[in-house]
Amino acid sequence: MAENLKKILVDPLSESNPITIQILGICSALAVTVKMETALVMAMALTVVTAGSNLVISLLRKSIPGRIRMVVEVAVIATLVIVADQFIRAYLFDISRQLSVFVGLIITNCIVMGRAEAFAIQNPPLPSLLDGLGNGLGYSLILLIVAFFRELLGSGSLFGWRLLPGGYPGNGMALLAPGAFFALGLIIWVQRTLTKKFDTE
Amino acid sequence: MAKGDAYTLGYAAIICVVCSLLLSTTASLLKPRQDIEVELDRKLNVLKAFGVATEDERGKKMDGAEVDRRFAEHISEIILDGETGQAIPGLTGRELSREDLEQKRKLPLYLWKEDGRITRYAFPISGKGLWSTIYGYMALDADLSTIIGVTFYRHGETPGLGGEIATEAFQKQFVGKRVFKDGRLQRIEVVKGTVADRYPEGNDHAVDGISGATLTGRGLNQFMNRDLEKYGKYFTGIRGGG
Repeated sequence: MAENLKKILVDPLSESNPITIQILGICSALAVTVKMETALVMAMALTVVTAGSNLVISLLRKSIPGRIRMVVEVAVIATLVIVADQFIRAYLFDISRQLSVFVGLIITNCIVMGRAEAFAIQNPPLPSLLDGLGNGLGYSLILLIVAFFRELLGSGSLFGWRLLPGGYPGNGMALLAPGAFFALGLIIWVQRTLTKKFDTE
Repeated sequence: MAKGDAYTLGYAAIICVVCSLLLSTTASLLKPRQDIEVELDRKLNVLKAFGVATEDERGKKMDGAEVDRRFAEHISEIILDGETGQAIPGLTGRELSREDLEQKRKLPLYLWKEDGRITRYAFPISGKGLWSTIYGYMALDADLSTIIGVTFYRHGETPGLGGEIATEAFQKQFVGKRVFKDGRLQRIEVVKGTVADRYPEGNDHAVDGISGATLTGRGLNQFMNRDLEKYGKYFTGIRGGG
């Protein structure tokens, strides 16, 4: 059982990573990864929401009427997202401005809804919580890797700390959406080569 | 497990009530804290327009207590009537409604006092860019002829193109531009291309445009000058004969 739970938590980090393997949540992965700081806050918000919604839906799973199953799921997710957004606005004002609509858009993020529908609705609370946590962390991991390269190459800094010498001009493309596509594409390539899960031959 | 319609409806109702209770509680608990942040940000931007360094070399922002201290020490606020351009005594910025501000029926003006004399003036500027409403502040010197600082702090322009108006490099260009010369208002102009190309003989009221953001620049031209004119009525009074 413990082995099983560990697998639920760890698998989404690599072998069934929501971004690189399932190609979900790409939109926000492109939008908020210009800087490590915004990526980290976004990643934390999504992890909290995914874990929270999985837990709540799993607790409710036996009582939810089948016909309005998805409506209930969305209501739970939307509530959690708005609560998270309110907290970010109150305590991380500058970052909330940079993240603008993207925290709100977690509601439509396929990862959250996907985990609720695929896992939480038919599994007990503890595994569901771990599944949500794992998928959130899998998303976070990729976001931070992408943001690491974009901020380092684009601005020559990490978390706002200047790392490369002042003469480094900054690669503007890394800051724009194409930079994120390149970074994400390379990560997906590397990961699929390593895990060999998607060998088509 | 088949459940009746009544159960489904009841379930939906309970979920709705629980969710909305949760949301309204969070929102009302966090509202004061959010308002403080918004107010702080507004003050920070007024200070920035006045030419106060609001960030240290590492880009760390001035803290709230310091902002409040500077504000209380130097800045006072008066409200002008949008139509007549005259000061309305006894009215403060907190009493203005959003509509009043957005339609410019009431105009807040910040005065920077040093040793009891007013040495600088700042006022909010806002208007349409290409995609969004752009908000900022402009500060003028004691004789209301030269720009001390311009900031744009809220906008939804294209990042990397029109969004560049929020950068230090773009905003710095406005410092020292003349808005009033020989008894007349001068139009501030964000040119397409560079000032050097457009006005080879030199020009003291134009700044370089941003390539790829011609329409954002056009928006700035439009609303910066409109707002200058609005405040101009009051400023003429201060300049006196000048």
